[in-house]
Amino acid sequence: MARTVKTKYLVIGNSAGGIGAAESIREADRKGKLILISDEPYPAYSRPLIAEHLAEGRPLEKMLYRPADFYEKNGISVMLGRKVTALDSQNHIVKLADGKTIDWQKLLLATGGSPIVPAIEGTDLNGVFTFTTLDDARAIDDFLNQYHREVRAVVIGGGLIGMSATDALVKRKVRVTVVELKDRILNTILDEEASALEAAALEQAGVDIITGQTVQRIDSSLTSEIGGVTLEDGRSIGCEMVVLAIGVRPRLELVNGGGMKTNRGIVVDRHMATSETDIYACGDVAEGYDFIYGENRLTPVWPNAYIGGRVAGLNMAGTPMEYSGGTAVNALKYFGENVVSAGVVAPPDGGYEVIANKTGHIYKKVVLKDGLIIGMVLAGDIETSGIVYNLMKDRVDVSGFKEVLVDDDFGLVSLPESIWRPMLEIPADIKEASVTSVEPPEEVLVGE
Amino acid sequence: MKRVYVNEAVCIGCHLCEVYCQLQHAQSKDLVKLFKRENPRTLPRLRVEERGIVSFSVRCQQCDEAPCVQACLTGALARDSLSGTVAVDPERCIGCWTCLLFCPLGAIRQNEGQDKMIKCDLCPGEEVPVCVTNCPNEALAYVEV
Ligand SMILES: Cc1cc2nc3c(=O)[nH]c(=O)nc-3n(C[C@H](O)[C@H](O)[C@H](O)COP(=O)(O)OP(=O)(O)OC[C@H]3O[C@@H](n4cnc5c(N)ncnc54)[C@H](O)[C@@H]3O)c2cc1C
Repeated sequence: MARTVKTKYLVIGNSAGGIGAAESIREADRKGKLILISDEPYPAYSRPLIAEHLAEGRPLEKMLYRPADFYEKNGISVMLGRKVTALDSQNHIVKLADGKTIDWQKLLLATGGSPIVPAIEGTDLNGVFTFTTLDDARAIDDFLNQYHREVRAVVIGGGLIGMSATDALVKRKVRVTVVELKDRILNTILDEEASALEAAALEQAGVDIITGQTVQRIDSSLTSEIGGVTLEDGRSIGCEMVVLAIGVRPRLELVNGGGMKTNRGIVVDRHMATSETDIYACGDVAEGYDFIYGENRLTPVWPNAYIGGRVAGLNMAGTPMEYSGGTAVNALKYFGENVVSAGVVAPPDGGYEVIANKTGHIYKKVVLKDGLIIGMVLAGDIETSGIVYNLMKDRVDVSGFKEVLVDDDFGLVSLPESIWRPMLEIPADIKEASVTSVEPPEEVLVGE
Repeated sequence: MKRVYVNEAVCIGCHLCEVYCQLQHAQSKDLVKLFKRENPRTLPRLRVEERGIVSFSVRCQQCDEAPCVQACLTGALARDSLSGTVAVDPERCIGCWTCLLFCPLGAIRQNEGQDKMIKCDLCPGEEVPVCVTNCPNEALAYVEV
């Protein structure tokens, strides 16, 4: 029986973006009816943690992004394992796979991305996996549990998800070969130097890396099992399983063919509003403002999804709020290597200034343009990297002190006093009334 | 809520705040054991920075719209509704370091095993955080702002 439910707010996608919105809607509007819907059957879990699930069996309870009573406590009707199949933006209605319809006043599309499956032979074989959901991790786990000997895997794609899968598989004692089309792994988020550090760490862990190559075909042995893969250069690599990790594409199926403005993702303004009235978008599905490029771009990382969702939710609930923007920003910890990066890490031409410092195992680099930081990569010593990231995000002119940014012992004290003092000291108006008196330093020596 | 502020003019960079912080959070609560035998060793949740005659200690300022909480991949970081502090659930922290990349103060630290973040918790159970009480020069103040 078809049935219609009415709601004030409808959020499609129960992950970083959806939760960010649900939380901020509830900050602004305690009561308005809010439905959160997802085709995944689980309460919101931390997607990156699927690697921990695969590697060490981390249970769902320890992957939950919010406490188990989150929905109930916040008066959120959550519909799990339910898929939205059609969107009618004119009439403010969505249709679910089971025929039900939901009538909404404000809608958020936080539908994320879906893994790209390359158009090659053999992707339908047993043992071919993607790696973006808990169910993917569970399927790989089940697959590995059938074997009582070493399993060999080929991971297609040396990006973030490929690294995450590889790290987990190695922890499960799987022998992994990574096949990367470009000339180095993690090429979109790291520069050559940091890529090389990661590659060395992978190789140290026994992973084979093949670059400048792609898999042309996944070969079957008997009975629809994988026998190996054939590369474009004709080489074949024996394996029992393949992980497809060439990328994630915004999940646009609900808006394709409609009038909503899309590019690679759904285009949103600084309020996270789409071109259609009362419809917002955030996270991996959206092209939000990138403060480095000064234009809309896909920046598919968890924090940006949450923050974008938060902004969308406030606007949906009638509290105007601007998205300050995001950019590509990543922290990696694979194979014991701590690396962070953000913005433009490998400048495309000579119009940029690069300042770098490599001392032993520590690597720090910033990319500048017109006095502003537009990119950064740090490896080894990353504790104070947030200071650099925020100077970049706040568009602070660093020309006067740029060299210190990559110092071995870089910290707030490396910056001009006008920056650190207001961050650390009591605001002047309150200082008057504060308990501690300020005496000239000469008079307060310890031990007197 | 109350926060710890620095009075740079009277800080002499003695690092006692670090030592007391470390001691407060150590399992052994004993300075000698902490430094000689604890493994992994508890590290301070704040950092003394020095350049020439300038010195001060840096710790989490428990930001209102805390960027680390918003960035946290796992939900391990959250504002504690009772104390108002930004608190981490070590069970759920996986040491992904995203928080640290978002912290404008660089105030988040890595534990010795480099698998969890550690941060200032304003010393639960103490009326005044131990870095403040033990600062010999009143270079730290615990003030309602
Ligand atoms: C293995 C892995 C490791 C990662 N590591 C990191 C990392 O270290 N740091 C980082 O910042 N980011 C990382 N990411 C990326 C991060 O997970 C994403 O950026 C983030 O999940 C995006 O959140 P989102 O809310 O936009 O979408 P998603 O998390 O993709 O969630 C969208 C949800 O909407 C549901 N949905 C979509 N369409 C419909 C529909 N029609 N009906 C019902 N439900 C629907 C989907 O099933 C999904 O549950 C990683 C991702 C993966 C896969």
